[in-house]
Amino acid sequence: MAEKTYAGVTVNVNDEGYFEDNKQWTKEMAAEIAKEMDIELTEEHNKVLDFLRSDFEEKGAIPSMRRMKKAGDIPTKDFYRLFPDGPLKKSCKIAGLPKPASCV
Amino acid sequence: MSEKIKKVSIICSKGSLEGIYPALIMAFGARMEGIECDLFFTFFGMDAITKKKMNKIKVATVGNPAMGIPTLVGAIPGMSAMATKMMMKQMDELDIPPIDEYLEMISDAGGKLYACKASVDMFKLKMEDFCEQVDGVLTVGEFYEKSAGAQIIFT
Repeated sequence: MAEKTYAGVTVNVNDEGYFEDNKQWTKEMAAEIAKEMDIELTEEHNKVLDFLRSDFEEKGAIPSMRRMKKAGDIPTKDFYRLFPDGPLKKSCKIAGLPKPASCV
Repeated sequence: MSEKIKKVSIICSKGSLEGIYPALIMAFGARMEGIECDLFFTFFGMDAITKKKMNKIKVATVGNPAMGIPTLVGAIPGMSAMATKMMMKQMDELDIPPIDEYLEMISDAGGKLYACKASVDMFKLKMEDFCEQVDGVLTVGEFYEKSAGAQIIFT
């Protein structure tokens, strides 16, 4: 387990940088985590993060790529444009959620 | 640590449900990891991208010992359709999309889809027989050219 400081707060992350406890996450941290991946957060990004957070809370699991499209109303193309190369992993990291564990 | 995989070229050569899905799952999984991916459809694997056939793909219930049903039972009309229906339902629960939707997602995710020239000629198909996501028809030589620096996976 490692520690990182985002928005002036120290949080626990795993070896790959995913949050150990998603309750430590705040919206202010998202922009800083995103910057580490060279992503500048916009309204569109925030919509993705909001859906991820709320769906994770409701279902207790990271949504699949298909669910992002169908339930989250986030077209696959847009998802890749917003978070290039590995959108689900990147957006989960920025949203303070665990690493996605599904194959689809 | 050894170097990460940057690019894969996946060849889909079989036209059964259990032949096609592994290729699609591997392809989309690659794009989920940010790995560049080309999918090359050859022989009966081309059914997956052929408009008239892509939604009629079935599980092989004959000659498939892993199914656990005797060949003669598997040969009863409707068996394959029933097994396919059951499997598709199971996959849907896991959010594994039907073939047409999956190809769309792979393409939207930046994966490229190609048909094999030799098979296209053999089955007398044209570009318009394929779903719109297909990027072109390639000769084997062109396929290898595109695969420079990639890991090639044959399914």
